[in-house]
Amino acid sequence: MNKAIFRKRGSDAVVRSAPDSIRAASIETGLQLQRVRVWHDDHLAEIASLHVPELLEAPAFGLTEDSQHEYWLLPGLIDLSSAFREPGFEHQGTIDSESRAALAGGFTTVCCPPSTDPVNDSPAVTRLILEQAGLAGLIKVLPIAAMTAGLGGDVLADMCALKQAGCVAVTNLRAPVKNSLVLRRCFEYARSHDICVLAVPEDAALGAYGVASESDLSSKIGLPGVPEVAETLAVSSLLILAEDTGVRLHLSQISCGRSVEMIAAAKQRGLAVTADVALANLLLNDRCVASFNPVFRVQPPLRSEADRLALLKGLEDGVIDAITTHHEPVDEASKLAPFAEAQPGMSLLEVAVPLLMGLSAAGELRPETWIAALSSGPRRVLGDASTNAAVPPDLVLVDTDAEWRPQAGELYSKGKNCPWLGQALSGRVIATIVDGRILYQLDGV
Amino acid sequence: MFAEAEAAHYERLQLNDAGELKHLLTLDGLSGELISQVLDTAESFIEVGSRSIKKVPLLRGKTVATLFFEPSTRTRTTFELAAKRLSADVLNINISSSATSKGESLSDMLRNLEAMAIDMFVVRHASSGAAHFIAREVTPEVAIVNAGDGQHAHPTQALLDMLTIRQYKPDFPSLSVAIIGDILHSRVARSEIAALKALGVKDIRVVGPDTLLPMAVESFGVRRCNRMSEGLDGADVIITLRLQKERMSGSLLPSEHEFYSLYGLTTDKLETAKDDAIIMHPGPINRGVEIESAVADSSRSVILEQVTNGIAVRMAVLSMVMSGQINARRVASGE
Repeated sequence: MNKAIFRKRGSDAVVRSAPDSIRAASIETGLQLQRVRVWHDDHLAEIASLHVPELLEAPAFGLTEDSQHEYWLLPGLIDLSSAFREPGFEHQGTIDSESRAALAGGFTTVCCPPSTDPVNDSPAVTRLILEQAGLAGLIKVLPIAAMTAGLGGDVLADMCALKQAGCVAVTNLRAPVKNSLVLRRCFEYARSHDICVLAVPEDAALGAYGVASESDLSSKIGLPGVPEVAETLAVSSLLILAEDTGVRLHLSQISCGRSVEMIAAAKQRGLAVTADVALANLLLNDRCVASFNPVFRVQPPLRSEADRLALLKGLEDGVIDAITTHHEPVDEASKLAPFAEAQPGMSLLEVAVPLLMGLSAAGELRPETWIAALSSGPRRVLGDASTNAAVPPDLVLVDTDAEWRPQAGELYSKGKNCPWLGQALSGRVIATIVDGRILYQLDGV
Repeated sequence: MFAEAEAAHYERLQLNDAGELKHLLTLDGLSGELISQVLDTAESFIEVGSRSIKKVPLLRGKTVATLFFEPSTRTRTTFELAAKRLSADVLNINISSSATSKGESLSDMLRNLEAMAIDMFVVRHASSGAAHFIAREVTPEVAIVNAGDGQHAHPTQALLDMLTIRQYKPDFPSLSVAIIGDILHSRVARSEIAALKALGVKDIRVVGPDTLLPMAVESFGVRRCNRMSEGLDGADVIITLRLQKERMSGSLLPSEHEFYSLYGLTTDKLETAKDDAIIMHPGPINRGVEIESAVADSSRSVILEQVTNGIAVRMAVLSMVMSGQINARRVASGE
């Protein structure tokens, strides 16, 4: 088993340069790696040698000057939606445990949805989350607030106070908003105060009973289906209301090819809409549920292969701006139930990078596309204010040739609900740097 | 990724290395040969039911627990009778008064029962895939017989229907079979379609309004018929399904009255079917909702034969699954 070293923010700074000057190999001390590609200007630069910071020289770290592995130095990754479960569901995850998972996965900034208990619909809850994040002292946690009080879909939450307390957007997640009138008022209010609305498109009635994508397979094995129209109907009405109110709308976790088409058309009309896709929907299709394995129970459901390919193309074409891990740690007991009764979610923060590298290796997604979709893409969604390209920088060092098999005991996340446990993966985050400080490094590679 | 392995798992989970049943979870993926073998075994048990001492010692010393998470009278009774006629000890666990109502999880409860050295669980559960889940994740060493899981499968009901059909119309490939009513929510229909196809039936029609037919039902290898006249035309076997009370109101159907006038099995509508067509129903029947009383009681109706065959089929399944499970354990322990 590999060991790792964590440090808290505020420890010794070792990387002083901003990302755009790293290319000039301005890290002056330390080890010189021979085969490094540095992310610059939304591209991976050609292979060159690079000095890596002194702390990375720790012998146990396993880096050697004659290593023939190819390394990538990337910007700190940004995740638009990762459920950290605190407050309220600490048996599934805490801000501390999931921050460690984020760091080990190369994520330096993570947005947390308001699916907490109490719901993050008041500045007090926001402050609690930020306080815990400060105590964990690892990554930058950006809370997303509830759009309506208690996610009840009825009464507007104190959006401005929540924004002032540090929330970067508002959302009602999958909880239904009472009617179109309330939704329109939410949009108008958010628009008046320049607050981004993150909407998870799902028609509440059409999606209500479904647990798997509606298809020939769900029909055959008798799993209640979530039809495509549950999403597309919501996407179309959200787009029209966004156009009507001028709100800054971000559509999160789209899963259908038809949604990609509608968003492309809206963007072409000049609507300032953005969109993200959940990692699982890029990697897996609806056939995975054939044997009722609860690990494949996710929301949105895994869709058809045609949808998966359309989502990948949507990313390549720039219609989809970002990838979210949609990390949802679930405790074993809540997953150990018949498919429909198992709690949805996958724990993916720590395996996101190798899985996306796998898509690149299979020729399905260019590395440049997914790296941008985890850095400049989400930054564009959030607006530069909340995620300024940090100086000193947030960085991730990836050993693209590292082979490993993630084990449940190795995951820092409390959620072991990951289908890739025990599977051979290629590529691994070996160091994560926040504000110029190496806060995570894998030991004993 | 994963998809192929999961699909293979769905079918292989219930078979041991020799291809024998070690659980019975679904009829999907079972060969016609294996299904016929179950029916042949069931035939041999029919005679046991007419003896004065209705017992054979096949499961002597084995404990069978029936776990019904959904209410049932007939299915559970026939399973209990079947197990007793095989000389098994039978434990009926009343779920409503048992642990899950005290907050104990399904898996904890089953593992506790496993620790009491129970050999077989007969399980009915409201969630599709519950039997697969138990066989795969919870107690793989205990033989699992699916007595109905959600909308997924009800294999023993379909097997007893096949036995009944075979007694009247043994040439499966030549048959036209109509299944009428709420196919969407019916685990019986899904298992019947799988069995009919495995036995070589080529002409299967499902009859009902689109609100009661599953999406992409044609992919099951059946014909979608919205009209009874089309569905019953030349049919040899007519299976009408029970319409659950809760489906009769709400948005699936306008009214009980309209359903009966369009899809109720009446003497009039039967005219287009073959003269010697048999009429089946998995029970319990709603007279005047899905079937006319006179039709249910007519000479074409084989509804009571289905019930009789139910015990023999369940005896066959319990004994075959127990033997397949014992063989699997023997291989696993290297004997």
